[in-house]
Amino acid sequence: MFDLTDLLIKLIPVFPLLAVIANGLLGSRYSHEVAHRLAWGSVGLSFLCVIGVFADVLRTGATHEVVAYQWIFGGDLTINLAYLVDPLTCVWLLVVTGIGFLIHVYSVGYMHGEAGFTRFFTYMNLFMVSMLLLVMGNNYAVLFIGWEGVGLCSYLLIGYYYDKVSAAKAASKAFVVNRIGDAGFLLAIFLIFINFKTLDYTKVFAQLGQLSPDMATAIALCLLVGAVGKSAQLPLYTWLPDAMEGPTPVSALIHAATMVTAGVYMIVRNHAIFDLSPIAMQTVAIVGGCTALFAATIGLVQTDIKRVLAYSTVSQLGYMFLACGIGAYTAAVFHVMTHAFFKALLFLSAGSVIHALSGEQDIRKMGGLSKKIPWTYRLFLIGTIAIAGIPPLAGFWSKDEIMGHAFVNHQFLFYGLAAIGAFLTSFYMFRLTYLTFYGASRMDHHTEEHVHESPMVMVGPLMALGVLSVFGGLILGFPPEHGWLHGFLAPVAGAAGGHETSVATTLLLMGTATGIALVGWGLAHFLYSLSPSTADNWSAKFQGAYTTLLNKYYVDELYDFLFVEPTKRLGEFLDWFDRTVIDGLVNGVAQMAEWGSAGSTWIEKYVVYAGLNVIGFGNHLAARQGRKLQSGMVHHYAAIIVAGLFLLALVVQLIVQK
Amino acid sequence: MLEELAAGFPILSCLLFLPFVGAAVLWLVDDEDMVRTSALTISLVELALAVFVLLRFVPDSAAMQFAEHVRWIPALGISYHLAVDGISVLFVGLTAFLTVLVIVYSWDTIRHQVKLYMMCLLALETTTMGVFVSLDLILFFVFWELMLIPSYFLIKLWGGGAERHHAALKYVLYTLLGSVFMLVGIALLDLNFHHWAVLRHTDQLYSFDLLDLLAVPIPIDQQILIFWLMFMGFAFKAPVFPFHTWLPDALLEGPIGMAVVLAGLKLGTFGFIRFSIPLLPEASKSHTVVTVIMVLGIAAITYGAIMALIQPDFRRLLAFSSISHLGFVMMGLFALNYQGLQGSLLTMINLGFSTAGLFFIAGFLYSRQQTTHLSAFGGMAQQVPLLASFFLLIGLASIGLPGTNGFVGEFLILLGTFKANWVFGAFAVTGVVFGAAYFLWYYERAILGPLGKSVKNTMADLQLREMVIAVSLAVMILWIGLYPSPFLHIMNGSIQALVDRLDHGTVAVLTEPVQRLDR
Repeated sequence: MFDLTDLLIKLIPVFPLLAVIANGLLGSRYSHEVAHRLAWGSVGLSFLCVIGVFADVLRTGATHEVVAYQWIFGGDLTINLAYLVDPLTCVWLLVVTGIGFLIHVYSVGYMHGEAGFTRFFTYMNLFMVSMLLLVMGNNYAVLFIGWEGVGLCSYLLIGYYYDKVSAAKAASKAFVVNRIGDAGFLLAIFLIFINFKTLDYTKVFAQLGQLSPDMATAIALCLLVGAVGKSAQLPLYTWLPDAMEGPTPVSALIHAATMVTAGVYMIVRNHAIFDLSPIAMQTVAIVGGCTALFAATIGLVQTDIKRVLAYSTVSQLGYMFLACGIGAYTAAVFHVMTHAFFKALLFLSAGSVIHALSGEQDIRKMGGLSKKIPWTYRLFLIGTIAIAGIPPLAGFWSKDEIMGHAFVNHQFLFYGLAAIGAFLTSFYMFRLTYLTFYGASRMDHHTEEHVHESPMVMVGPLMALGVLSVFGGLILGFPPEHGWLHGFLAPVAGAAGGHETSVATTLLLMGTATGIALVGWGLAHFLYSLSPSTADNWSAKFQGAYTTLLNKYYVDELYDFLFVEPTKRLGEFLDWFDRTVIDGLVNGVAQMAEWGSAGSTWIEKYVVYAGLNVIGFGNHLAARQGRKLQSGMVHHYAAIIVAGLFLLALVVQLIVQK
Repeated sequence: MLEELAAGFPILSCLLFLPFVGAAVLWLVDDEDMVRTSALTISLVELALAVFVLLRFVPDSAAMQFAEHVRWIPALGISYHLAVDGISVLFVGLTAFLTVLVIVYSWDTIRHQVKLYMMCLLALETTTMGVFVSLDLILFFVFWELMLIPSYFLIKLWGGGAERHHAALKYVLYTLLGSVFMLVGIALLDLNFHHWAVLRHTDQLYSFDLLDLLAVPIPIDQQILIFWLMFMGFAFKAPVFPFHTWLPDALLEGPIGMAVVLAGLKLGTFGFIRFSIPLLPEASKSHTVVTVIMVLGIAAITYGAIMALIQPDFRRLLAFSSISHLGFVMMGLFALNYQGLQGSLLTMINLGFSTAGLFFIAGFLYSRQQTTHLSAFGGMAQQVPLLASFFLLIGLASIGLPGTNGFVGEFLILLGTFKANWVFGAFAVTGVVFGAAYFLWYYERAILGPLGKSVKNTMADLQLREMVIAVSLAVMILWIGLYPSPFLHIMNGSIQALVDRLDHGTVAVLTEPVQRLDR
């Protein structure tokens, strides 16, 4: 039976794939013009397909499962390359292809004139394919293909400027750290297969009733390890700030809006398993809450515009995990969406700043840009207000919902963590805005001369994201807990937590949240606009704390000391061991064999041949064949064989007869 | 005997002896270019025959296909018995494929004694084919041993390292030592058959034929003894940790072509799945055997990976990465369930594309800098982007990235191992992390970053012959990675039969010998 929606679903990942093949194989034969048209055009076509599918899901509420082809099979295992499209997948598809499209268009301007222009778009399209597989797969294996696929593209794009040592190192680090998470994910997949004899979501979730709580905890925690790696949570977050070595559109698309939210997708997709295990839920919430706060503190003092945004991303991802951990799955997805809007906006505006300043990323060398690049400034400010959680912009609604959920469910610890985090977020984001766009210029003369507003191809996507950052929250999530998104996701994410709150509580919580954000703004305004010297005084006064934060709590150094260096030293020790001990033994044995061979030649001649024709024939033949080619050596070895054989046969015969 | 031959064209014999005859013909050719062309032609015809066999092979069948059976020494029950099934047929294709690539690679990299080199290579192809298609254990053993002769010369005469003489001798002695034990095992199998033949008053008193040996029960204590004897033969050859020290030497000192064959054709582990496991199912299932092999497997995975991490020479790195991969294969085999066996078999084939492919890459690097040591590289991507791209693709296949062949095999192995024993499975998964670390770290230092001091900035990117090799490997890697179905179908019947045999043991199969499918 022909079904248009099924066809559209199948087509979604095909367009970017075709662009990858074309640009990858033939890209050097045609101009950059053709390459970028193929790249953004293919993503645009995917987006149109997504719209079509979305309309169908919205209208009928149906869940589509489509098999593309059989991938792996054998014994009791069958894995299809198959897609599942339900409301949850729809949300992600819209974000991935929609934001992806905007960022592709932006990149045309941002990457203009780069030598690796076509390569960049090939990787970006490959990323789109992987990310689409990740969210569209109907089973864990396809999820895993996408999961590692996006990891690969992340690796390729972080290392885009491959001749830079720091970029090359950051790329390897991202891949390896992600692989630690992936190993956990693999364990989860195997546990799931052992328990359910299938890897298809629908079949797994249908059998959840027979799962023991302990097993649910084991599976959920293994999944969490995977999610922690991909979504850069404690303790595996260290790769994400380094990932800023990639071009800025990459940071926006992969390391803010889409890939890093894959962990959240995975947890929400598997929420039925997590719901069975209070321990796992608690762990998710603790990981999320701690990461939200931890990363925010580091963000306070960083001086690289992209790194501040990177820590902010880690922190915001922490909020999403926190939301999952307290069962507010819809709020988590809501925050994924709003975060995708405003963080993509912030990164792309930051990219526009960097573009304007000929590559400068250090905010100590910026300042006073608001007049020179007004559009970028306005849009960056919108992003800042949105992430700070000031109503009615997008970030407010989703963050408020997470905090509110924690509060009304009496998770006051998590509410506290989130509230402090929100204050810090507001503070460091406004600090960033002030240092970048206000005050006196700290640029050098040469850079200052060349400051220019970005072309329309870059500002256009920024405006679209700006509109989403302003209205996205209201459209998707108003009124709180009962917005459109909640209704749409209700079949897949479960109803929001049981406590029905009074209007007064809701308003009080909203007021508090707004207050917190405004205080953060106020403090930033005081320190970086009204009284800049105070900031320096404070950092001098709290020198220890300041240095610790500036050095990111020395976590990278700690990991090097604990894991990387010992492994290398172990490797060096083993290398010595291999050459000296194991090989030494071998050489000893070989020496003995050579001595023995002299004696055995005698035995061979006079004793063995007659008695061992039966067994030795083939071997004898081998020796004879060999002799034709070279006499001496082979003969020598054959003698060893036959002599050894004789002795062994004696021993064996004794054993057998006994 | 003639009836069986007449039943079909003896294509396996042709496959087996074509390279050997070809090598003999090469003897008569004097012109070096003519030698190269002839060798390539022979290997291409061989590949065409192998592809023909693969195409005509009936998938999803456990039957022995294209069988040829001629009595050789009837009194001793030794026969010339060739056939392929789902376990061995892919190796036939792989051997032919890799030989073609090695000849293409050697075209301009081997400059002295070209004729002898090509003859050795073709002789090696014959003996390797023999190992894969022999069903008679003595015949198998003959090829197993004969293989050493061309290998020995290849390492000794065309190796690039100063220690090549030592490496060649070490390789030969190692294998020979293992073979001695294996031969005793084979003899014991024959004696066991004799025991039953006498009891049942059958005409045939002795047999070394795999199918005959499969049809008699073997007492468990005998099985265990034979298992360990054969283990020595296969484990030394594979090599299984800790019997591996010949491998880094042979790979580093020998020529690239030999390294490709040694690293790409997993004869040792093939021995386990072809002979040990089906012939000795109870022994293979015994607690001690499984535990020992699983522990050795885990040791190999971690030991190999940690060793690989710090190797500055790419070929030595690859040697240890091979040892690590073989740990996976051993674990999958002795998970003794469908996925484990299937994954291991597929991985053995995969390594013929990925690890062997990386040796070709090592060869490309060697051609440019006369070494594979890290100190000669750095920032190569700027000079040789194509080389860098294929290096990455093949490397990612070797670390099992989804979408490449490596993932399918590794995933199945890990799944099978996990099913059999989750503790071992969980340990094995750590290899996934280490694998990424050692490959990417080397890649980062050799290929990325600023241009190395000793890298000439006039370095040429892949030339046509190198492109042929790289592209063929890439096609296979992506094919198996994205659409492994044809390969899985070919294996399916035999793997299922093996699993059934493991379930039922030797005693149950007294009734019907394995059906022969003549064509």
